[in-house]
Amino acid sequence: MVFEKGASSLKSVKAIETGKVAGTNNLATERKFSVLVVDDDAIIRKIHSKLLSKFPVEIQVAVNGKEAVDLYRSGAFFDLVLMDMEMPIMNGFEATKELRALGLKSLIVGVTARSSDSEKKAFMEAGLNDCHAKPLTSEMVKSLLQELNKNN
Amino acid sequence: MERNQMHRQVSVMRQSLFDQGYLDEQFIQLEELQDDANPNFVEEVVTLYYRDSSRLILSIDQALERNPLDFNKLDTYMHQFKGSSTSIGAKKVKAECTQFREYCKVGNGEGCMRTFQQAKKEYTILKRKLEAYFQQARQSGPSETACRPRN
Repeated sequence: MVFEKGASSLKSVKAIETGKVAGTNNLATERKFSVLVVDDDAIIRKIHSKLLSKFPVEIQVAVNGKEAVDLYRSGAFFDLVLMDMEMPIMNGFEATKELRALGLKSLIVGVTARSSDSEKKAFMEAGLNDCHAKPLTSEMVKSLLQELNKNN
Repeated sequence: MERNQMHRQVSVMRQSLFDQGYLDEQFIQLEELQDDANPNFVEEVVTLYYRDSSRLILSIDQALERNPLDFNKLDTYMHQFKGSSTSIGAKKVKAECTQFREYCKVGNGEGCMRTFQQAKKEYTILKRKLEAYFQQARQSGPSETACRPRN
């Protein structure tokens, strides 16, 4: 477990990352959370990857839904997927449905520029755990990682 | 020019971009991500924006020349352009994109064309201002990290 249960997540994350807290070296070698950023927009991929890089997570990217599904089929595992809605080849709705059908039970969070509640609700029906406006903020990313920590 | 004076100049330039409504909070989010590992992160993102959106602008220009106009296609392109503009905090560009999409919804072709001209104008103005800002920032060297614009 990378995050200590009940600890102030950000402090413990930073401590583990720098290895400066005694007795946490063994924690630093445990599996990091793996996050997949799925977006056809290079700007969003860059911003979300940078946001995530502030935390001890492994980051992978996919440029469309098909790439995300292919990654999962090839054996990759993700604790968290940040899924864009509108992408060429396979959109976020279809990719989410497919990932759920293939058995992925991890957190899938939709990120969309679509602002209406009805559009978000429609996207949620693919099997998302949640849906937020993009780009995400650092507070939102922190909150998602804390939720991962709680669930694990 | 003395270093402190240069830093002050950069700070004034930056503040004016917010005061004059060119940039919003999202730009500050980008600044807060910049660190020693990526000291030019903001400029990289802005450069990516101008590179990628130039293709979109061309597509919209071409789509606006069609007769009849395909408002669904125009809306799709503009949705992407608005999304990218939002990502860098391009406030005025984003506002024009929103207006354009309103005109698409009601099938107002003239409104779309007028608004798009304005969007391109704001896009170009912002590009010039950001280029000048980044150049000045580079010349003045590292300073303190991003701070919220004064109200």
